[in-house]
Amino acid sequence: MTTLSEATIEADPTLPIIRITRDFAAAPEQLFRAHTDSELFAQWVGPNGMGTRIEYWDARTGGSWRFVSERDGVLYGFHGCFHEVRPDRIVQTFTFDGDPDGVALETLSFEELADGRTRLRTQSLCDSFEGRDAWLASGMDVGVNEGYARLDAMVANGAI
Amino acid sequence: MADQLSRLFAALADPTRRDMVARLAVGDATVGQLAAPYDITKQAVSKHLRVLEDAGLVRRSREAQRRPVHLEANVFDLMTKWIARYQREAEERYRRLDAVLAAMNDTDSPQEGTAS
Repeated sequence: MTTLSEATIEADPTLPIIRITRDFAAAPEQLFRAHTDSELFAQWVGPNGMGTRIEYWDARTGGSWRFVSERDGVLYGFHGCFHEVRPDRIVQTFTFDGDPDGVALETLSFEELADGRTRLRTQSLCDSFEGRDAWLASGMDVGVNEGYARLDAMVANGAI
Repeated sequence: MADQLSRLFAALADPTRRDMVARLAVGDATVGQLAAPYDITKQAVSKHLRVLEDAGLVRRSREAQRRPVHLEANVFDLMTKWIARYQREAEERYRRLDAVLAAMNDTDSPQEGTAS
């Protein structure tokens, strides 16, 4: 089996799905912990340069979660429910505060490989192609949105 | 840019239009050829094409009698760029996860024991 040392990504052309696959030098149990222990999760989840604060976190089947990432004073909140939590698989919903009616269904699996490595597969099923594509594009227009947010603030505080 | 993106999203949100784009990716086609597989009128196909044209996804030559529809492949460069950027962000995230897992290995085996 080839080793996926870099994340591979696939945007399904017929369903609003994003799939990411990546191998890790760790046991499935450790990857599971990195996804369910809030302190560990907060250490790696945010984009570079973003701090993440967990607001609530109940990583069991039927539990819920919420965290807020911050960069340059702009807050980005995310929340969802843990639909199913078990050692080899996590199913959860995912909503970005900025698009409160949108919800993605995320399925994560931890598959033990032969050489002490573990393959992480994540599948995000968005509720529309627009939602999926906006998500893919989100990295591209974050600068634009930050610009608008600053403009909003300048209008709000009377600078404009 | 936001307007172009919105039009692009809206244009590709429709399954018939996505199917038309997929077929145009193989080669140019006339409105009649595009309409053939669907149980909809030529007018409806023309309407779909107009949406795709407004989004900059397709181009129709004005001069030709049969006006074949041509897919503007460079629009898909935008999509490819998003995916490449998203891939980089995922990889950055997973490199941080690598570090968290490496630290976990250290604490899981404080003595000379094997990493679990």
